[in-house]
Amino acid sequence: MEVLLKISNVSGGYYKEDIIKGISLDVNHGDFMGIIGPNGSGKTTLLRLITRVLCPRGGEIFFKGEKIFRMDLKEFCRRIAFVSQDISTDFSFTVNEIISMGRIPHLKRLQFETKKDIEVVERALSVTDTLSLRDKRIDELSAGERQRVTIARALSQEPVLLFLDEPTSHLDIGHQIQILDLLKRLNRKNYLTIVMILHDLNLASAYCNRIALLNNGAIYKQGRPEEVLTYQNIEAVYKTIVLVSNNPVTGKPNIALVPGEK
Amino acid sequence: MHLKRRLLILLLLLCIVVILGLAKGAVNIPLPGLLLKENQAIFNMRLLRILAAILVGSGLSVSGIALQAVLRNSLAEPYLLGTSSGAGLAVVIAMIVGISKIYMPLAAFIGAVASIILVYNLAQEGSRITDKSLVLSGVIISIAFSSIIVFLVSIFGNEAMHEITWWLWGNLEVYDCRLMLLVSAPVILGIAAIFVFSQDLNAISMGEEEAVHLGIDTQKIKKAVILITALITASLICICGIIGFVGLIVPHMMRLVVGPNHKFLIPTTCLAASVFMVGCDIFSRTLFAPVEIPIGVITAIIGAPVFIILLKKGKRI
Repeated sequence: MEVLLKISNVSGGYYKEDIIKGISLDVNHGDFMGIIGPNGSGKTTLLRLITRVLCPRGGEIFFKGEKIFRMDLKEFCRRIAFVSQDISTDFSFTVNEIISMGRIPHLKRLQFETKKDIEVVERALSVTDTLSLRDKRIDELSAGERQRVTIARALSQEPVLLFLDEPTSHLDIGHQIQILDLLKRLNRKNYLTIVMILHDLNLASAYCNRIALLNNGAIYKQGRPEEVLTYQNIEAVYKTIVLVSNNPVTGKPNIALVPGEK
Repeated sequence: MHLKRRLLILLLLLCIVVILGLAKGAVNIPLPGLLLKENQAIFNMRLLRILAAILVGSGLSVSGIALQAVLRNSLAEPYLLGTSSGAGLAVVIAMIVGISKIYMPLAAFIGAVASIILVYNLAQEGSRITDKSLVLSGVIISIAFSSIIVFLVSIFGNEAMHEITWWLWGNLEVYDCRLMLLVSAPVILGIAAIFVFSQDLNAISMGEEEAVHLGIDTQKIKKAVILITALITASLICICGIIGFVGLIVPHMMRLVVGPNHKFLIPTTCLAASVFMVGCDIFSRTLFAPVEIPIGVITAIIGAPVFIILLKKGKRI
C-alpha cells in the first residue's frame, strides 16, 4: 500500500516546551484513520504540525516523499485540506461564498472562477447535501449544517488527504452518524484518505480502519481498532475503567463506561 | 447581476452629489452659470474639494475594510494604529519649534508614519504579529501621544496653534493643488493594492488558521496591509487632517448591503464613501453658511442614523 504521508520522529509545540515528543506515523492511501487520546495529549497540536500551521522543531514530514515545508503553500493546500471543529466569524458570508473559498489554492489573485471551479463547488455542495443552504448566511446555520459546509469547502479544494479536528464534537448522535457516514462514503467512493481526531471511542471503533492512541505527546499504541481499543490500553491512558465487548452489528470493539461512584 | 445594478445606482448617486456639490456653497450658482468665466475660480475650488472628498472617503473606508478583515475586529478603523495622534503630535511639536506652516502636512505625514513604525515594533513577538498586541500597542500609543499633545498645547498654546489643530481635526479645503496631486498617487495605488488582496482578505476574515489551510501566508498579508493602510492614512492626513467615522461606518454599512465578499465590497464601498463624503461636505459648507461646520461632526451626525437604520433592517439589501 502506498504511503501518502510519512511522519518521521516529529516534535514541536507552541512555546519553549515540546508538546509532541518524537512521533512517527504513516498514513496510507485510502486510510480512514482516527487519532484518539485524552485532553492535552497533543492531538490538535499534531494536526497543526502536519497542516503547516505550526513548524516542527524536530523530525520531518513527507507527503508522497516530498518534505511538506519545502512545498509551495498553495500547492500543499491543493492536496491536503483541513476541517476545523467549528467555524465562526463576524463576517456573514453566504454558504456559497464560503464553499467557493475552497478554490483559493487553485486560483491566482483576482482570477475569476472558471467553469471547472464552479463545477467542483457544485459537486461539493451536492455531495454534502448543502445545495438548499447555498444562499443562507453562515450565522443562520445549525452546528450540523455548519460542519457539512466546512467539509464541503475542504472538498472543493479537491484534496487527496483530508484532516478533521473532532468533526462531531458539537453534534447530537443523529448528526454524528450523518457526518461520519458522509466521510466514509467519500473514503470508499472517492478514495479520499481521511485522518481525524475523535473523542468518542465507539465512533472511532465503528468507522476507522486504523487508530492511533496518543498519550503525553507520544503514540501509545497504533493499529486496527481491536488492537488499540483494549481495556488495558484505555485504562492506562485515560485512567478510567471501561468494559470492552463486541458491537453485535459491526463486530468492532464496543466500549462501555463504568461510573466511579454508584 | 445584482452587483452591476448596485454599482450603477451608486455611480448615479455620485454624479448627483457631485453636481450638487459644484452648485451649492456659500454662494449658490445655478447649474448653467457654473461654466461661465466669472465663476471659474469658485468652480475650480469646489471641484478640488469634491475630488478631495472622494479621495478621502475611498482611502479611509478601504483602509478600514482591510484592517477590519486582517484583525477580524469590526471596531478597527484606519487610525487604530496610532496614525492620528502621531500626526497630531508631530504638528504640535513643529509649531512649537517654529517651523513654517507650509511644512505642516509633511510634519503630519512623518508623525503618522513614525507612530505606525513604533506600534508595529511594539507589537512584534519574534517575527510574528498577533492581533491582540497590535491593537493594544495602537491604543496605548494613541493615548500616550494624545496626552502629550494636550500637555504641550496647554503649556505652549497660542492662537496659531489653535488654528492648526483646527485644521488637523478634519477639513476638506484644499490649500495646495500640487500637494493633493502628490498625495493622490499613494492613496489610489494603495486602494488598488488592497483590492488585489480581496481573496486573501476573504480567507483571513474567516480566521488566521483557516486562511493558512487555504494556502494564504497570513503573516505576509497582514504586514502588507498594515503598511499599505498606514501609507494611505498618513498621506490623507496631509491634505485633510483627521476625519473620523467614515473609515469605520461606511465599510459596515456596505457589508450589510452587499455582504462581506471583498471583491464586491471594496469597489462598492469606494463609491458609497465618495457619495457620503461629498454629501457631508455639502452640508458642512451650506448648513450655516458662511460658517463651516467641521466635516467630522457632519459625518457622525448623518452616518450614525443611517447606520442604525441599516443595522435594524439587518439584511442584505
